[in-house]
Amino acid sequence: MQFKSIFHKKKKYASIPTEKAKQEIPEGLVEKCGSCGKIYYEKEWTQQLKVCPNCGTHHRLTAYERIDALLDAESFIEWDQSMETTDPLKFPEYQEKLKKDQVKTGLKDAVVTGKGTINGYETAIVVMDPFFRMASMGAVVGEKIARALENAREEQLPMIIFTASGGARMQEGMISLMQMAKTSMAVDRFNRSGGCLVNVFTHPTTGGVTASFASIGDYHFAEPKALIGFAGRRIIEQTIREKLPDDFQTAEFQLEHGQVDKVVHRHELKALLTTVLDLHQPKGRDE
Amino acid sequence: MKQVLSFEKPIIELKEKIKELKGMAEENNLTLDDEINTMEQRLKRLEQEIYDHLSIWDQIQIARHPERPTSLDYIEQLFTDFIELHGDRLYRDDPAIITGIAKYKEVPVTVVAQQRGKNTKENLHRNFASPHPEGYRKAIRQMKLAEKFNRPIICFIDTKGAHPGKGAEERGQGEAIARNLMEMAHLTVPIIAVVIGEGGSGGALGIGLADHVHMLENATYSVISPEGAASILWKDATKAEEAAKSLKITAKDLKALGIIDEIIPEVKGGAHRDFDMQVAYLDTYIEKSFNYLTTIDRLTLPDLRWEKYKKIGEITE
Repeated sequence: MQFKSIFHKKKKYASIPTEKAKQEIPEGLVEKCGSCGKIYYEKEWTQQLKVCPNCGTHHRLTAYERIDALLDAESFIEWDQSMETTDPLKFPEYQEKLKKDQVKTGLKDAVVTGKGTINGYETAIVVMDPFFRMASMGAVVGEKIARALENAREEQLPMIIFTASGGARMQEGMISLMQMAKTSMAVDRFNRSGGCLVNVFTHPTTGGVTASFASIGDYHFAEPKALIGFAGRRIIEQTIREKLPDDFQTAEFQLEHGQVDKVVHRHELKALLTTVLDLHQPKGRDE
Repeated sequence: MKQVLSFEKPIIELKEKIKELKGMAEENNLTLDDEINTMEQRLKRLEQEIYDHLSIWDQIQIARHPERPTSLDYIEQLFTDFIELHGDRLYRDDPAIITGIAKYKEVPVTVVAQQRGKNTKENLHRNFASPHPEGYRKAIRQMKLAEKFNRPIICFIDTKGAHPGKGAEERGQGEAIARNLMEMAHLTVPIIAVVIGEGGSGGALGIGLADHVHMLENATYSVISPEGAASILWKDATKAEEAAKSLKITAKDLKALGIIDEIIPEVKGGAHRDFDMQVAYLDTYIEKSFNYLTTIDRLTLPDLRWEKYKKIGEITE
């Protein structure tokens, strides 16, 4: 055995809980960072909001985890919880895929909408869930987001949208594409009523969602390293016949190219959103 | 050489035989009228048979036919005094999108169109009608001018999709399309969009949010190319025909789904077979929309447009 491999092995062992600790933790109570491999107790992992303290990777959150982490306890009122797709095209294998993700996530479709308070400030909120069909946008996602924007407009609430999406949902064909129009038009109506739209890009936000409501907010924040783009990396590489740099379409890349206002660590997001909401309180202008 | 589609082969072959027979008759001073007549009757039946039973794949081939009339062909015939206007005032002029002002039935209008090339050289110049962000920004600049001067907007859609490239991403392809959708939502002039060839996803929609959306009979409009869908769903691009069927991308399917307003009939076998006739068909439908939409109070147009798109997407609660 070479010296190098002995050293490597040692280093690897260092990040694993001791044998004693291992015996004390029942199965399922530890989480492993998929990026650097470091293992954490479930409790610490949750406290860290799934951001690895070792390598800084922001792992994906479910919609409800995001809401729990951000909104004041018991303040969330959900809208349109039971809305479901009708599989309008009777697309092959779609029903099975939906059922599977419904069981996996406990959601009817890929977005949760509603309102609540952040440190006492009232806001409407939309959170896309990347664990449900990669948060692709079909009729339900489009309709729920449009309705949430309409509700926020009527109730004169600001709106915070956590974007995540693989793009338009292929299995609903052109109906999915038209949700780009519907949601963008809803943003337009919300805008013209004076509403404040804060979009937070999370990993990954692509395709038809990037080309609709996600890109036309008043403020664009993004989580570190989140993938944000229109076309897929593979398709671009095939088209231009060259390899793209590693940081292509990351949050930092979009910051550099002017599409994002600020890249924000997940642990600092609540404080930032609180300040933004505070800066948009009407009282400041009235006095 | 003319491009022949596979399903057209029997027709072309029969036509050649008739031509041969006619030539032979003339050369040898023979009377073959009966034979020629019979064959011409057969040709008619064959054309009817083939063109009335086109498969979805045949239709896609027609929509992608290299000789299919392009936006500029229609613009030249439908409008007078067309002045092409270039550039987005931010970065450059995108030849994949044509914009300009013209007269339609003596009324000033704004024209926005995706433009394919007819040969390799033209296609390289036009980037195969796949726009960059600057194309969409040029389009919205012209549409805002249309609103300022109260000119109806007529859009021709014909693209495989927005360009998937490095520069396009760096300059905000997603933002450019999104902004167009948001701005088109509240324009207080009529917008008519016609899909004349391929309607490729967000790249098509980026100039296609309209009060009336029509499609030529053999045109397609899809969220993803059939080849792309097949390779994602079944890891097999050869299943494109199956994907095309499932995706519901034909004018007939999209009319049934309430996505488009009217199907504009095509000349038998495709628009390229009789361009003048096709222009006349197109003119009829554009004129009908034009006359109807120009009677509506300008300020109510955005609300009507919202009502139209709000309805799309069946759900249960």
